[in-house]
Amino acid sequence: MIQVKNLVKKFGEFTAVDHISFEVGRGEIFAFLGPNGAGKTTTIKMLTTLLRPTSGTLEIDGLDPGAHPNEVRKRFGIVFQDPSLDGDMTAWENMEIHGVFYHVPRKVRVERTEQLLRLFELWERRNDQVKLFSGGMKRRLEIARGLLHTPKILFLDEPTLGLDPQTRNQLWTHVKYLNQTEGVTVFLTTHYMDEAERVAQRIAIIDHGKIVAEGSPEELKRQTGKESLEDAFLVLTGSTVREESATNADQMRQMAKMWGNRR
Amino acid sequence: MSVIYVLWLRELKRYIRSRAQIVASLGQPLLYLVALGFGLGPVFQKAGQGNYVQFVAPGIIAMTVLFSSIFSGMGLLWDRQFGFLKETLVAPVPRVEVMLGKVLGAATVAMIQGLLVAIVCFIAGFRVVDVKAVPAALLFMGLIACLFSALGTAIGSAIENIQGFQLVMNFLVMPIFFLSGALFPLSNLPGVLSVVTRLDPLAYGVDGLRTTLIGISHFGLAADLSVLVVITTILLFTGSYLFSKIQA
Ligand SMILES: Nc1ncnc2c1ncn2[C@@H]1O[C@H](COP(=O)(O)OP(=O)(O)OP(=O)(O)O)[C@@H](O)[C@H]1O
Ligand SMILES: [Mg+2]
Repeated sequence: MIQVKNLVKKFGEFTAVDHISFEVGRGEIFAFLGPNGAGKTTTIKMLTTLLRPTSGTLEIDGLDPGAHPNEVRKRFGIVFQDPSLDGDMTAWENMEIHGVFYHVPRKVRVERTEQLLRLFELWERRNDQVKLFSGGMKRRLEIARGLLHTPKILFLDEPTLGLDPQTRNQLWTHVKYLNQTEGVTVFLTTHYMDEAERVAQRIAIIDHGKIVAEGSPEELKRQTGKESLEDAFLVLTGSTVREESATNADQMRQMAKMWGNRR
Repeated sequence: MSVIYVLWLRELKRYIRSRAQIVASLGQPLLYLVALGFGLGPVFQKAGQGNYVQFVAPGIIAMTVLFSSIFSGMGLLWDRQFGFLKETLVAPVPRVEVMLGKVLGAATVAMIQGLLVAIVCFIAGFRVVDVKAVPAALLFMGLIACLFSALGTAIGSAIENIQGFQLVMNFLVMPIFFLSGALFPLSNLPGVLSVVTRLDPLAYGVDGLRTTLIGISHFGLAADLSVLVVITTILLFTGSYLFSKIQA
Protein backbone atom coordinates (compact mmCIF):
# COMPACT_ATOMS: atom_id res chain seq x y z
CA MET A 1 0.00 0.00 0.00
CA ILE A 2 2.87 2.34 0.84
CA GLN A 3 6.26 1.94 -0.78
CA VAL A 4 9.22 4.14 0.00
CA LYS A 5 12.66 3.79 -1.57
CA ASN A 6 15.75 5.82 -0.72
CA LEU A 7 13.69 8.75 0.40
CA VAL A 8 15.66 11.90 1.26
CA LYS A 9 14.49 15.28 2.49
CA LYS A 10 16.91 18.12 3.06
CA PHE A 11 16.10 21.50 4.54
CA GLY A 12 18.99 23.59 3.28
CA GLU A 13 22.10 21.76 4.48
CA PHE A 14 20.25 19.77 7.09
CA THR A 15 19.12 16.26 6.20
CA ALA A 16 15.88 15.50 8.04
CA VAL A 17 15.19 12.20 6.25
CA ASP A 18 18.20 10.27 5.08
CA HIS A 19 17.75 7.49 2.51
CA ILE A 20 14.95 5.56 4.14
CA SER A 21 13.16 2.63 2.53
CA PHE A 22 10.19 0.65 3.79
CA GLU A 23 6.92 -0.90 2.74
CA VAL A 24 3.54 -1.09 4.39
CA GLY A 25 1.22 -3.83 3.22
CA ARG A 26 -2.49 -3.51 2.51
CA GLY A 27 -4.52 -3.71 5.70
CA GLU A 28 -1.48 -3.50 7.93
CA ILE A 29 -1.08 -1.36 11.06
CA PHE A 30 2.39 0.10 10.89
CA ALA A 31 4.03 2.19 13.60
CA PHE A 32 6.81 4.63 12.88
CA LEU A 33 8.68 5.33 16.09
CA GLY A 34 11.59 7.59 16.89
CA PRO A 35 12.87 10.30 19.21
CA ASN A 36 11.92 13.97 18.74
CA GLY A 37 13.21 15.39 15.50
CA ALA A 38 13.89 11.95 14.00
CA GLY A 39 12.03 12.76 10.79
CA LYS A 40 8.65 11.06 11.31
CA THR A 41 6.45 14.04 10.56
CA THR A 42 8.61 15.04 7.61
CA THR A 43 8.16 11.56 6.14
CA ILE A 44 4.40 11.74 6.64
CA LYS A 45 4.29 15.15 4.97
CA MET A 46 6.03 13.74 1.92
CA LEU A 47 3.65 10.78 1.79
CA THR A 48 0.64 13.07 2.06
CA THR A 49 1.60 15.53 -0.72
CA LEU A 50 2.45 18.36 1.66
CA LEU A 51 6.17 18.34 0.95
CA ARG A 52 8.19 17.40 -2.09
CA PRO A 53 11.04 14.95 -1.45
CA THR A 54 14.61 15.97 -2.25
CA SER A 55 15.17 12.55 -3.83
CA GLY A 56 13.92 8.97 -3.74
CA THR A 57 10.63 7.41 -4.73
CA LEU A 58 7.25 7.16 -3.03
CA GLU A 59 4.18 5.15 -3.88
CA ILE A 60 0.76 5.21 -2.30
CA ASP A 61 -1.54 2.54 -3.64
CA GLY A 62 0.72 2.41 -6.71
CA LEU A 63 0.62 6.17 -7.28
CA ASP A 64 3.34 8.79 -6.96
CA PRO A 65 2.11 11.66 -4.75
CA GLY A 66 4.24 14.13 -6.71
CA ALA A 67 2.73 13.19 -10.05
CA HIS A 68 -0.88 12.46 -9.01
CA PRO A 69 -1.50 14.49 -5.88
CA ASN A 70 -5.26 14.53 -6.15
CA GLU A 71 -5.60 10.80 -6.77
CA VAL A 72 -3.38 10.17 -3.76
CA ARG A 73 -5.32 12.62 -1.61
CA LYS A 74 -8.51 10.67 -2.32
CA ARG A 75 -6.94 7.61 -0.75
CA PHE A 76 -5.83 8.79 2.66
CA GLY A 77 -7.08 10.47 5.79
CA ILE A 78 -4.79 12.12 8.28
CA VAL A 79 -4.68 13.34 11.85
CA PHE A 80 -1.87 15.87 12.01
CA GLN A 81 0.51 16.25 14.91
CA ASP A 82 0.04 20.04 14.87
CA PRO A 83 -3.34 21.76 15.15
CA SER A 84 -5.26 22.03 11.89
CA LEU A 85 -8.76 23.04 13.00
CA ASP A 86 -10.51 26.28 12.16
CA GLY A 87 -10.89 27.99 15.52
CA ASP A 88 -13.52 30.46 14.32
CA MET A 89 -15.85 27.68 13.21
CA THR A 90 -17.84 25.42 15.49
CA ALA A 91 -17.08 21.74 15.96
CA TRP A 92 -20.02 20.90 13.74
CA GLU A 93 -18.88 23.26 10.99
CA ASN A 94 -15.38 21.85 11.06
CA MET A 95 -16.85 18.40 10.50
CA GLU A 96 -19.13 19.74 7.78
CA ILE A 97 -16.32 21.36 5.82
CA HIS A 98 -14.29 18.17 6.06
CA GLY A 99 -17.23 16.10 4.84
CA VAL A 100 -17.65 18.36 1.82
CA PHE A 101 -13.93 18.21 1.07
CA TYR A 102 -14.08 14.43 1.03
CA HIS A 103 -17.37 14.17 -0.87
CA VAL A 104 -19.14 12.35 1.93
CA PRO A 105 -22.85 12.29 1.00
CA ARG A 106 -24.88 14.65 3.17
CA LYS A 107 -26.90 11.97 4.96
CA VAL A 108 -23.87 9.88 5.83
CA ARG A 109 -22.01 13.00 6.89
CA VAL A 110 -24.69 14.07 9.33
CA GLU A 111 -25.04 10.58 10.81
CA ARG A 112 -21.35 9.94 11.18
CA THR A 113 -20.67 13.40 12.56
CA GLU A 114 -23.16 12.78 15.34
CA GLN A 115 -21.80 9.32 16.02
CA LEU A 116 -18.18 10.50 16.17
CA LEU A 117 -18.88 13.63 18.19
CA ARG A 118 -20.73 11.45 20.70
CA LEU A 119 -17.97 8.87 20.73
CA PHE A 120 -15.38 11.54 21.56
CA GLU A 121 -17.76 13.36 23.92
CA LEU A 122 -18.03 16.58 22.00
CA TRP A 123 -21.69 16.34 21.08
CA GLU A 124 -22.84 18.77 23.75
CA ARG A 125 -20.30 21.32 22.55
CA ARG A 126 -20.94 20.90 18.83
CA ASN A 127 -22.16 24.48 18.35
CA ASP A 128 -19.28 26.12 20.19
CA GLN A 129 -16.43 27.78 18.38
CA VAL A 130 -13.39 25.54 18.48
CA LYS A 131 -11.13 28.27 19.83
CA LEU A 132 -13.05 28.01 23.10
CA PHE A 133 -12.19 24.32 23.50
CA SER A 134 -9.55 22.91 25.85
CA GLY A 135 -6.42 21.40 24.34
CA GLY A 136 -7.67 17.85 24.78
CA MET A 137 -11.06 18.67 23.29
CA LYS A 138 -9.42 20.16 20.21
CA ARG A 139 -7.35 17.04 19.91
CA ARG A 140 -10.45 14.86 20.12
CA LEU A 141 -12.10 16.91 17.41
CA GLU A 142 -9.07 16.53 15.16
CA ILE A 143 -9.41 12.78 15.56
CA ALA A 144 -13.17 12.71 15.06
CA ARG A 145 -12.73 14.76 11.91
CA GLY A 146 -9.97 12.47 10.63
CA LEU A 147 -12.33 9.51 10.99
CA LEU A 148 -15.31 11.13 9.25
CA HIS A 149 -14.58 9.63 5.88
CA THR A 150 -13.29 6.10 5.47
CA PRO A 151 -9.99 6.27 3.63
CA LYS A 152 -7.87 3.42 2.34
CA ILE A 153 -4.93 4.64 4.40
CA LEU A 154 -5.08 6.46 7.68
CA PHE A 155 -2.09 8.51 8.82
CA LEU A 156 -2.04 9.22 12.54
CA ASP A 157 0.82 11.51 13.61
CA GLU A 158 0.96 11.31 17.41
CA PRO A 159 -2.82 11.27 17.61
CA THR A 160 -2.87 10.67 21.35
CA LEU A 161 -0.69 13.65 22.23
CA GLY A 162 -2.22 15.27 25.31
CA LEU A 163 -5.22 12.96 25.54
CA ASP A 164 -6.59 11.34 28.68
CA PRO A 165 -6.38 7.52 28.98
CA GLN A 166 -10.12 7.08 28.31
CA THR A 167 -9.92 8.85 24.98
CA ARG A 168 -6.73 7.11 24.01
CA ASN A 169 -8.42 3.83 24.64
CA GLN A 170 -11.46 4.86 22.55
CA LEU A 171 -9.22 5.93 19.72
CA TRP A 172 -7.21 2.76 19.45
CA THR A 173 -10.27 0.57 19.82
CA HIS A 174 -11.89 2.46 16.98
CA VAL A 175 -8.78 2.33 14.82
CA LYS A 176 -8.46 -1.41 15.28
CA TYR A 177 -12.14 -1.82 14.48
CA LEU A 178 -11.74 0.16 11.23
CA ASN A 179 -8.71 -1.88 10.35
CA GLN A 180 -10.53 -5.17 10.91
CA THR A 181 -13.90 -4.31 9.39
CA GLU A 182 -12.95 -1.98 6.55
CA GLY A 183 -9.39 -3.13 5.96
CA VAL A 184 -8.01 0.37 6.48
CA THR A 185 -4.22 0.50 6.36
CA VAL A 186 -2.87 2.50 9.30
CA PHE A 187 0.40 4.39 9.49
CA LEU A 188 0.94 5.82 12.96
CA THR A 189 3.54 7.53 15.09
CA THR A 190 3.49 7.77 18.86
CA HIS A 191 5.80 8.25 21.79
CA TYR A 192 3.84 5.81 23.94
CA MET A 193 5.51 2.45 23.44
CA ASP A 194 2.65 0.56 25.08
CA GLU A 195 0.27 1.90 22.41
CA ALA A 196 2.58 0.88 19.62
CA GLU A 197 2.93 -2.57 21.12
CA ARG A 198 -0.81 -2.90 21.54
CA VAL A 199 -1.96 -1.90 18.07
CA ALA A 200 0.92 -2.17 15.61
CA GLN A 201 1.65 -5.31 13.68
CA ARG A 202 4.95 -3.96 12.43
CA ILE A 203 7.23 -1.21 13.68
CA ALA A 204 10.05 0.77 12.11
CA ILE A 205 12.35 2.79 14.31
CA ILE A 206 13.85 5.93 12.87
CA ASP A 207 16.64 8.01 14.38
CA HIS A 208 18.45 11.00 12.89
CA GLY A 209 16.56 10.48 9.66
CA LYS A 210 17.66 6.84 9.26
CA ILE A 211 15.73 3.65 9.90
CA VAL A 212 17.66 1.73 12.55
CA ALA A 213 15.39 -1.28 13.04
CA GLU A 214 12.26 -2.86 11.67
CA GLY A 215 10.03 -5.76 12.64
CA SER A 216 7.16 -6.90 14.83
CA PRO A 217 7.24 -5.80 18.48
CA GLU A 218 8.35 -9.31 19.42
CA GLU A 219 11.14 -9.31 16.88
CA LEU A 220 12.45 -5.97 18.12
CA LYS A 221 12.45 -7.21 21.70
CA ARG A 222 14.21 -10.41 20.71
CA GLN A 223 16.79 -8.52 18.63
CA THR A 224 17.77 -6.37 21.57
CA GLY A 225 17.25 -8.97 24.27
CA LYS A 226 14.91 -6.73 26.23
CA GLU A 227 11.65 -7.43 28.04
CA SER A 228 9.71 -4.39 26.91
CA LEU A 229 9.43 -2.38 23.73
CA GLU A 230 10.39 0.71 25.66
CA ASP A 231 13.74 -0.80 26.65
CA ALA A 232 14.26 -2.09 23.14
CA PHE A 233 13.58 1.43 21.83
CA LEU A 234 16.12 2.92 24.21
CA VAL A 235 18.77 0.38 23.19
CA LEU A 236 18.18 1.13 19.53
CA THR A 237 18.12 4.90 19.75
CA GLY A 238 20.41 5.54 22.73
CA SER A 239 19.31 7.17 25.93
CA THR A 240 20.57 10.71 25.34
CA VAL A 241 17.87 13.33 25.26
CA ARG A 242 17.60 15.09 21.91
CA GLU A 243 18.49 18.67 22.73
CA GLU A 244 16.81 19.63 19.50
CA SER A 245 13.26 19.17 20.67
CA ALA A 246 10.63 19.89 18.07
CA THR A 247 9.55 23.12 19.74
CA ASN A 248 13.07 24.46 19.91
CA ALA A 249 13.63 23.66 16.30
CA ASP A 250 10.40 25.39 15.43
CA GLN A 251 11.46 28.51 17.28
CA MET A 252 14.78 28.52 15.48
CA ARG A 253 12.99 28.20 12.19
CA GLN A 254 10.74 31.12 13.05
CA MET A 255 13.78 33.23 13.94
CA ALA A 256 15.51 32.30 10.73
CA LYS A 257 12.42 33.27 8.77
CA MET A 258 12.18 36.60 10.54
CA TRP A 259 15.66 37.41 9.36
CA GLY A 260 14.71 36.59 5.84
CA ASN A 261 16.68 33.37 5.72
CA ARG A 262 13.97 31.42 3.90
CA ARG A 263 14.61 27.83 3.02
CA MET B 1 -22.68 21.39 -1.23
CA SER B 2 -19.67 22.31 -3.25
CA VAL B 3 -16.21 23.11 -1.99
CA ILE B 4 -16.33 26.65 -3.35
CA TYR B 5 -19.62 27.23 -1.56
CA VAL B 6 -18.53 25.98 1.89
CA LEU B 7 -15.33 27.98 1.74
CA TRP B 8 -17.22 31.07 0.63
CA LEU B 9 -19.64 30.55 3.50
CA ARG B 10 -16.74 30.12 5.89
CA GLU B 11 -15.35 33.54 5.02
CA LEU B 12 -18.75 35.09 5.52
CA LYS B 13 -19.32 33.43 8.88
CA ARG B 14 -15.91 34.47 10.09
CA TYR B 15 -16.70 38.03 9.10
CA ILE B 16 -20.06 38.12 10.82
CA ARG B 17 -18.61 36.57 13.98
CA SER B 18 -15.90 39.20 14.33
CA ARG B 19 -18.12 42.14 15.22
CA ALA B 20 -15.33 44.09 16.87
CA GLN B 21 -13.39 43.86 13.66
CA ILE B 22 -16.29 45.13 11.59
CA VAL B 23 -16.58 48.23 13.73
CA ALA B 24 -12.82 48.76 13.80
CA SER B 25 -12.47 48.45 10.05
CA LEU B 26 -15.18 51.05 9.48
CA GLY B 27 -13.37 53.54 11.68
CA GLN B 28 -10.58 54.27 9.25
CA PRO B 29 -12.72 55.18 6.23
CA LEU B 30 -14.88 57.27 8.51
CA LEU B 31 -11.82 59.17 9.71
CA TYR B 32 -10.72 59.82 6.13
CA LEU B 33 -14.16 60.99 5.18
CA VAL B 34 -14.52 63.37 8.09
CA ALA B 35 -10.95 64.67 8.28
CA LEU B 36 -10.38 65.01 4.56
CA GLY B 37 -13.93 65.58 3.40
CA PHE B 38 -14.57 68.39 5.78
CA GLY B 39 -10.96 69.46 6.40
CA LEU B 40 -9.93 69.86 2.77
CA GLY B 41 -13.40 70.79 1.57
CA PRO B 42 -12.93 74.59 1.66
CA VAL B 43 -9.55 74.46 -0.15
CA PHE B 44 -10.97 72.17 -2.80
CA GLN B 45 -13.93 74.44 -3.26
CA LYS B 46 -11.70 77.52 -3.59
CA ALA B 47 -9.64 75.79 -6.26
CA GLY B 48 -12.83 75.58 -8.27
CA GLN B 49 -13.15 71.76 -8.03
CA GLY B 50 -16.55 71.65 -6.40
CA ASN B 51 -17.69 69.72 -3.34
CA TYR B 52 -14.87 67.57 -1.88
CA VAL B 53 -17.09 65.14 0.06
CA GLN B 54 -18.84 64.43 -3.22
CA PHE B 55 -15.46 63.92 -4.91
CA VAL B 56 -13.76 61.83 -2.23
CA ALA B 57 -16.64 59.49 -1.29
CA PRO B 58 -16.11 57.10 -4.24
CA GLY B 59 -12.41 57.07 -3.34
CA ILE B 60 -13.17 56.19 0.27
CA ILE B 61 -15.50 53.41 -0.83
CA ALA B 62 -12.78 52.07 -3.13
CA MET B 63 -10.28 52.28 -0.29
CA THR B 64 -12.53 50.27 2.00
CA VAL B 65 -12.97 47.57 -0.61
CA LEU B 66 -9.22 47.53 -1.29
CA PHE B 67 -8.17 47.10 2.35
CA SER B 68 -10.87 44.64 3.19
CA SER B 69 -10.26 42.38 0.22
CA ILE B 70 -6.48 42.37 0.55
CA PHE B 71 -6.83 41.68 4.24
CA SER B 72 -9.27 38.79 3.81
CA GLY B 73 -7.30 37.38 0.91
CA MET B 74 -4.21 37.36 3.03
CA GLY B 75 -6.22 35.56 5.71
CA LEU B 76 -4.45 32.60 4.16
CA LEU B 77 -1.51 33.57 6.34
CA TRP B 78 -3.64 33.10 9.44
CA ASP B 79 -4.89 29.77 8.13
CA ARG B 80 -1.26 28.81 7.80
CA GLN B 81 -0.40 30.10 11.27
CA PHE B 82 -3.28 28.29 12.95
CA GLY B 83 -2.85 25.15 10.87
CA PHE B 84 -6.16 24.99 9.04
CA LEU B 85 -4.31 25.46 5.76
CA LYS B 86 -2.95 21.90 6.05
CA GLU B 87 -6.48 20.53 6.16
CA THR B 88 -7.32 22.29 2.91
CA LEU B 89 -4.05 21.28 1.28
CA VAL B 90 -4.50 17.54 1.74
CA ALA B 91 -8.16 17.56 0.72
CA PRO B 92 -8.89 15.70 -2.52
CA VAL B 93 -10.25 18.75 -4.31
CA PRO B 94 -8.63 20.82 -7.03
CA ARG B 95 -6.74 23.59 -5.32
CA VAL B 96 -8.15 26.09 -7.77
CA GLU B 97 -11.57 25.47 -6.18
CA VAL B 98 -10.18 26.12 -2.72
CA MET B 99 -8.62 29.30 -4.00
CA LEU B 100 -11.82 30.42 -5.73
CA GLY B 101 -13.90 29.82 -2.60
CA LYS B 102 -11.46 31.95 -0.68
CA VAL B 103 -11.37 34.75 -3.24
CA LEU B 104 -15.14 34.90 -3.64
CA GLY B 105 -15.61 34.88 0.12
CA ALA B 106 -13.07 37.65 0.62
CA ALA B 107 -14.64 39.66 -2.21
CA THR B 108 -18.12 39.29 -0.73
CA VAL B 109 -16.93 40.49 2.65
CA ALA B 110 -15.22 43.45 0.98
CA MET B 111 -18.42 44.30 -0.88
CA ILE B 112 -20.39 44.33 2.35
CA GLN B 113 -17.81 46.60 3.96
CA GLY B 114 -17.90 48.87 0.92
CA LEU B 115 -21.69 49.10 1.07
CA LEU B 116 -21.60 49.94 4.77
CA VAL B 117 -19.17 52.76 4.06
CA ALA B 118 -21.35 53.93 1.16
CA ILE B 119 -24.21 54.26 3.61
CA VAL B 120 -21.97 56.26 5.96
CA CYS B 121 -21.01 58.51 3.03
CA PHE B 122 -24.67 59.04 2.26
CA ILE B 123 -25.29 60.11 5.84
CA ALA B 124 -22.32 62.50 5.58
CA GLY B 125 -24.03 64.22 2.66
CA PHE B 126 -22.83 62.29 -0.36
CA ARG B 127 -25.39 62.08 -3.19
CA VAL B 128 -25.36 59.94 -6.33
CA VAL B 129 -26.01 62.01 -9.46
CA ASP B 130 -27.87 59.31 -11.37
CA VAL B 131 -29.60 56.46 -9.52
CA LYS B 132 -29.76 54.37 -12.73
CA ALA B 133 -25.95 54.12 -12.66
CA VAL B 134 -25.87 52.46 -9.23
CA PRO B 135 -25.83 48.86 -10.59
CA ALA B 136 -22.81 49.80 -12.71
CA ALA B 137 -21.14 51.22 -9.61
CA LEU B 138 -21.80 47.95 -7.80
CA LEU B 139 -20.18 46.11 -10.68
CA PHE B 140 -17.06 48.22 -10.26
CA MET B 141 -17.04 47.58 -6.53
CA GLY B 142 -17.30 43.88 -7.25
CA LEU B 143 -14.41 44.03 -9.70
CA ILE B 144 -12.20 45.90 -7.27
CA ALA B 145 -13.12 43.35 -4.60
CA CYS B 146 -12.31 40.36 -6.82
CA LEU B 147 -9.10 41.87 -8.12
CA PHE B 148 -7.62 42.59 -4.72
CA SER B 149 -8.92 39.41 -3.09
CA ALA B 150 -7.10 37.50 -5.80
CA LEU B 151 -4.01 39.62 -5.20
CA GLY B 152 -4.25 39.06 -1.44
CA THR B 153 -4.58 35.31 -1.92
CA ALA B 154 -1.67 35.25 -4.35
CA ILE B 155 0.51 37.12 -1.88
CA GLY B 156 -0.72 34.96 0.99
CA SER B 157 0.36 31.88 -0.96
CA ALA B 158 3.77 33.28 -1.76
CA ILE B 159 4.86 34.60 1.62
CA GLU B 160 5.02 32.36 4.64
CA ASN B 161 4.93 34.52 7.72
CA ILE B 162 2.92 37.21 9.36
CA GLN B 163 5.90 39.60 9.38
CA GLY B 164 5.65 39.73 5.61
CA PHE B 165 2.17 41.12 5.96
CA GLN B 166 3.44 44.48 7.28
CA LEU B 167 5.85 44.74 4.37
CA VAL B 168 3.08 44.14 1.87
CA MET B 169 0.86 46.67 3.57
CA ASN B 170 3.51 49.40 3.63
CA PHE B 171 5.16 48.86 0.28
CA LEU B 172 2.29 47.66 -1.86
CA VAL B 173 -1.15 48.41 -0.49
CA MET B 174 -0.55 51.94 0.77
CA PRO B 175 1.06 53.08 -2.52
CA ILE B 176 -1.77 51.45 -4.45
CA PHE B 177 -4.20 53.47 -2.40
CA PHE B 178 -2.42 56.82 -2.44
CA LEU B 179 -1.54 56.70 -6.14
CA SER B 180 -5.02 55.67 -7.25
CA GLY B 181 -6.50 59.15 -7.28
CA ALA B 182 -8.86 58.16 -4.48
CA LEU B 183 -8.07 61.43 -2.71
CA PHE B 184 -7.14 63.83 -5.54
CA PRO B 185 -7.97 64.33 -9.22
CA LEU B 186 -5.64 62.56 -11.66
CA SER B 187 -5.68 65.35 -14.21
CA ASN B 188 -2.76 67.80 -14.45
CA LEU B 189 -0.36 65.63 -12.44
CA PRO B 190 3.39 66.02 -13.02
CA GLY B 191 4.82 63.58 -15.62
CA VAL B 192 6.22 60.74 -13.49
CA LEU B 193 3.22 60.65 -11.20
CA SER B 194 0.78 60.51 -14.06
CA VAL B 195 2.66 57.51 -15.49
CA VAL B 196 2.70 55.74 -12.13
CA THR B 197 -1.00 56.31 -11.55
CA ARG B 198 -1.70 54.72 -14.91
CA LEU B 199 0.00 51.55 -13.65
CA ASP B 200 -2.14 51.40 -10.53
CA PRO B 201 -5.09 49.05 -11.05
CA LEU B 202 -7.07 50.77 -8.31
CA ALA B 203 -6.94 54.01 -10.32
CA TYR B 204 -9.26 52.37 -12.85
CA GLY B 205 -11.55 51.13 -10.11
CA VAL B 206 -11.77 54.57 -8.51
CA ASP B 207 -12.35 56.12 -11.92
CA GLY B 208 -15.11 53.65 -12.70
CA LEU B 209 -16.79 54.38 -9.40
CA ARG B 210 -16.45 58.11 -9.81
CA THR B 211 -17.82 58.00 -13.33
CA THR B 212 -20.86 55.97 -12.35
CA LEU B 213 -21.53 57.70 -9.04
CA ILE B 214 -20.80 61.37 -9.73
CA GLY B 215 -20.27 61.55 -13.49
CA ILE B 216 -16.60 62.61 -13.47
CA SER B 217 -14.40 60.45 -15.68
CA HIS B 218 -10.66 60.32 -16.32
CA PHE B 219 -9.80 57.17 -18.30
CA GLY B 220 -13.28 56.44 -19.63
CA LEU B 221 -15.56 53.56 -18.63
CA ALA B 222 -14.42 51.20 -21.38
CA ALA B 223 -10.79 51.53 -20.32
CA ASP B 224 -11.72 51.13 -16.64
CA LEU B 225 -13.73 48.01 -17.26
CA SER B 226 -11.27 46.27 -19.55
CA VAL B 227 -8.23 46.97 -17.38
CA LEU B 228 -9.99 45.67 -14.27
CA VAL B 229 -11.27 42.53 -15.98
CA VAL B 230 -7.92 41.69 -17.57
CA ILE B 231 -5.91 42.24 -14.38
CA THR B 232 -8.40 40.29 -12.26
CA THR B 233 -8.14 37.36 -14.66
CA ILE B 234 -4.36 37.43 -14.64
CA LEU B 235 -4.28 37.58 -10.84
CA LEU B 236 -6.71 34.69 -10.52
CA PHE B 237 -4.47 32.52 -12.67
CA THR B 238 -1.32 33.63 -10.87
CA GLY B 239 -3.01 33.08 -7.52
CA SER B 240 -4.17 29.57 -8.44
CA TYR B 241 -0.71 28.71 -9.63
CA LEU B 242 0.98 29.99 -6.47
CA PHE B 243 -1.66 28.37 -4.29
CA SER B 244 -1.16 25.01 -5.98
CA LYS B 245 2.55 25.22 -5.22
CA ILE B 246 2.23 25.75 -1.48
CA GLN B 247 4.08 23.27 0.69
CA ALA B 248 3.44 22.97 4.39
N1 LIG C 1 10.26 23.24 7.33
C1 LIG C 1 11.40 22.88 7.96
N2 LIG C 1 12.50 23.62 7.83
C2 LIG C 1 13.65 23.26 8.44
N3 LIG C 1 13.80 22.18 9.22
C3 LIG C 1 12.72 21.39 9.39
C4 LIG C 1 11.47 21.70 8.77
N4 LIG C 1 10.58 20.74 9.12
C5 LIG C 1 11.26 19.89 9.92
N5 LIG C 1 12.55 20.26 10.08
C6 LIG C 1 13.57 19.56 10.86
O1 LIG C 1 13.60 18.22 10.46
C7 LIG C 1 13.83 17.36 11.56
C8 LIG C 1 12.75 16.30 11.61
O2 LIG C 1 11.54 16.91 12.01
P1 LIG C 1 10.18 16.08 12.15
O3 LIG C 1 9.13 17.03 12.43
O4 LIG C 1 10.05 15.19 10.98
O5 LIG C 1 10.50 15.22 13.45
P2 LIG C 1 9.57 14.15 14.18
O6 LIG C 1 10.24 12.83 14.05
O7 LIG C 1 8.19 14.26 13.71
O8 LIG C 1 9.72 14.65 15.69
P3 LIG C 1 8.63 14.75 16.87
O9 LIG C 1 8.61 13.45 17.56
O10 LIG C 1 9.21 15.80 17.75
O11 LIG C 1 7.34 15.14 16.24
C9 LIG C 1 13.90 18.25 12.79
O12 LIG C 1 15.24 18.46 13.11
C10 LIG C 1 13.25 19.52 12.34
O13 LIG C 1 13.82 20.62 12.99
MG1 LIG D 1 6.45 14.79 14.47
